[in-house]
Amino acid sequence: MTAVLFFLLAAVAVAAAVSLILQREPIHSALSLIVVMAALAGLYLLLGAEFISAVQIIVYAGAIMVLFIFVIMLLNAGVEERTQFSRMARYIGLPLAFVLGAGLVYWITRWTMGTASAASMGSVTRPLAMMLFQDYVFPFELTSILILIAIVGAVVLARREDERQ
Amino acid sequence: MFVLNHLWIIPLLPLLGAAVNGIFGRRWPHAVTNSIALGATGLSFVAVLELFREFTHLAPANIPWVQTYLPWIAAGGFRSDFSLQVDQLTMVMLLVVTGVGFVIHVYSTGYMAHEGGYARFFSYLNLFMFFMLVLVLGANYVVLFVGWEGVGLCSYLLIGFYFLRQSATNAGNKAFWVNRIGDFGFLLGMFLLFRTFGALDFAHVLPAAAGAPADAPGQFGTMTWIALLLLTGACGKSAQIPLYVWLPDAMEGPTPVSALIHAATMVTAGVYMVARSHVIFLHSPVAMTAVAGIGALTALFAATIGLVQTDIKKVLAYSTVSQLGYMFLACGVGAFSAGIFHLMTHAFFKGLLFLAAGSVIHATGGEQDMRKMGGLRKKIPWTYWTMLIGTLAIAGIPGFSGFFSKDEILAAAFTSSPYGSTLLWVVGVTTALLTSFYMFRLIFLTFFGSARYDEHEVHVHESPRNMLVPLVILAVLSVIGGWQAAPALWGGVNHFEHFLEPVFSTAAVVGEQMPSPKVPEAASLEFMLMLVAIGAAAIGLYVAWRMYIQRTGMPEKLAESLKAPYQLLSGKYFVDELYAAAIVRPLVWISRNVLWHVVDEQMIDGAVNGVADVSRHTGNTVRQTESGNTRSYAAWIVVGAIVFTSLLLWLAVR
Amino acid sequence: MVPVSYYVVLSAVLFGLGIIGFLFKRNIITMFMSIELMLNAVNLAFIAFSSVLGNLAGQVYVFFVIVVAAAEAAVGLAIVILIARNRKTLNVERVNLLKL
Repeated sequence: MTAVLFFLLAAVAVAAAVSLILQREPIHSALSLIVVMAALAGLYLLLGAEFISAVQIIVYAGAIMVLFIFVIMLLNAGVEERTQFSRMARYIGLPLAFVLGAGLVYWITRWTMGTASAASMGSVTRPLAMMLFQDYVFPFELTSILILIAIVGAVVLARREDERQ
Repeated sequence: MFVLNHLWIIPLLPLLGAAVNGIFGRRWPHAVTNSIALGATGLSFVAVLELFREFTHLAPANIPWVQTYLPWIAAGGFRSDFSLQVDQLTMVMLLVVTGVGFVIHVYSTGYMAHEGGYARFFSYLNLFMFFMLVLVLGANYVVLFVGWEGVGLCSYLLIGFYFLRQSATNAGNKAFWVNRIGDFGFLLGMFLLFRTFGALDFAHVLPAAAGAPADAPGQFGTMTWIALLLLTGACGKSAQIPLYVWLPDAMEGPTPVSALIHAATMVTAGVYMVARSHVIFLHSPVAMTAVAGIGALTALFAATIGLVQTDIKKVLAYSTVSQLGYMFLACGVGAFSAGIFHLMTHAFFKGLLFLAAGSVIHATGGEQDMRKMGGLRKKIPWTYWTMLIGTLAIAGIPGFSGFFSKDEILAAAFTSSPYGSTLLWVVGVTTALLTSFYMFRLIFLTFFGSARYDEHEVHVHESPRNMLVPLVILAVLSVIGGWQAAPALWGGVNHFEHFLEPVFSTAAVVGEQMPSPKVPEAASLEFMLMLVAIGAAAIGLYVAWRMYIQRTGMPEKLAESLKAPYQLLSGKYFVDELYAAAIVRPLVWISRNVLWHVVDEQMIDGAVNGVADVSRHTGNTVRQTESGNTRSYAAWIVVGAIVFTSLLLWLAVR
Repeated sequence: MVPVSYYVVLSAVLFGLGIIGFLFKRNIITMFMSIELMLNAVNLAFIAFSSVLGNLAGQVYVFFVIVVAAAEAAVGLAIVILIARNRKTLNVERVNLLKL
């Protein structure tokens, strides 16, 4: 059962990712990315990380991607021109990426670490919260400051220059 | 004991004079410059006289008397100090240098009175005295070499004194360069000396060399190499074959310079050095033969060139080269004291001849070509008589100083064993004949006959007193200077040789293991040799008289009929041209094409510019990454990430 | 039961696709989204290993990654807006004022 779900969700994720890079309109790419995230949320559930799955949907797909779409619409990003591959990318990046991918796949499948299932996790939220607020409280606080900085930075950066009197 | 304890006074006084005149002299009247220059040299001479007096009271055990002043080089096992020493040889040299030097200084005050650069001249002259005295007083080869180089420098400065004349500066350069070649040999010799004996002090080296084994005849052992290298230096400084070519050109300098440096003192430094190192030379039959051979050959060679020269100073220059050859010949057959004796008499009469020639030049208003002189006898009598005395001395007429010294050399060349030989003697006698001939030719051309110049243009006048008095002094010395070395034949005792005996007696000490150079001559043999020498001088005089007094058309006719030899001689055997073609041109070519274009421009500049170019190219290449093209940045980021990840993976899996 | 390596392979594939998108798209926003895709792929790997090892630290990391991605997206998009305002284009090749 889980295997079927896995392959289904995996296929959806890969298809959406491919669609992301093949689409010509940015807005279509954004929507494809949302589909990817949804599929990944499902995969998280399969792995027993229900909290993270929810966070993924709420924060990642629900806030970040919405922000992306706002910006796309704000900037009226139009059709993208046909890509003229930079020489660097075409001759080095693409092959290297494939090579890396193939290499990774090869090495990974040689590992037999075990199976992953939701059942092995049990309830996650409570222990996760405990870890977050006990062992990782310092980074936690730091990330809140980080968000603050990001907010201030984003506001300052994107502000329209006022006419000085 | 004052001067003995303060030997430094002797060289330092002229140095002070040189410094003061050099820095301030330009603004002073001539009288002040004179007093400083003459005072320095004169005081130095007085000090030497006093030194001589003290020296005669020194116990023999204290001779050589060494004074060490300052440590100089102390590197590893090598030690060399600023030390001065006095022994009999030094004494003779000191007297000659300061005495004749002072006289020539006095002469110069008259000769240079109307020339520019007066103070500079005397500054250089005093500087020369300083270096020459350092050379002679040095207690080790290093100090000697300092003086050696210094007199070379002063020679350059003084030859090129009229530096606005291209020929003068060329002559100065030539003197310096040719000397340099000799100096290089001298340095190599010093290095070899140090390597063999571990020190360069005379006090260490000479006794050590005396005890060292001698080289066999024909063997090129260590001693031979040392001696030959030292000989190279002496040939450069004393203008022997093949390094004599600078001396005739050195006549570009003022005449007092020619007298002092290129007749009386600097050129004799080579002979002095050979005499000082006689122990080393005596250990090497090859070197002795070389010295004698070079000396004899040079004497004859230069004399032949002197036969046809028309410039009065050039005749004297070649004559100097020839007489230096005699001195070398003497040293080469082992008669070192005879060589030094001739050095002394030569200083007297050659100095006199040059100064008198200067007087003639001064009288004729700068004319140096003998073909444009004539009949000056009555007009400048003092000059005439003193010059005649000098000529009689150099020709070896009995009674004059040159006769005694030359005769002694010729006798040694004939009788000395094993280095003397009949061949050397024949060469010596032939040279004596030629010497007599060209010197009397000079006298006859200059002072006799009718005036071959325009008597309205040139007003011949006698020189002032400050030029004539030195002439007289040197004339007197040219006459009496030889008497204290009268040969036993004539009932005299050879005081000179006796005086120098302690210095050269090591020759006798070594004599146990090696053939002794001097063999007592039978009285009749000596008498006959003397007669032959006198005869040669007389023949030369007679032929000159015939050609230049009796039948004045003869020289031209002879030159016509013997055209080829005449041209060879008047072209100085084309040695200068030979050197220019064989040595100078290739060197200049190498310098220009190899060293300049290849080494300097391509290699060195190329290396330096190459470093800059490498930097530039590297910068250019790295610049590609900063293209401003965001997408290539992106690509580089990915590449970097992939490389990094791969590295990590690989490390993890290993 | 799905072996964990399948999850990791999927993560790798998504990551590679993200790289491709990053290199070959010319719209800045699309490039940005490719980066987000890469982050998501990494998150998947974290969760997968966390599940296998039974260690919750992986999920904590993912948590933080999401937070940082949010902050980064905010600031990045602000910059994108600025670029778009200044250069009047979203074509990254036109953003080349640093070129010589």
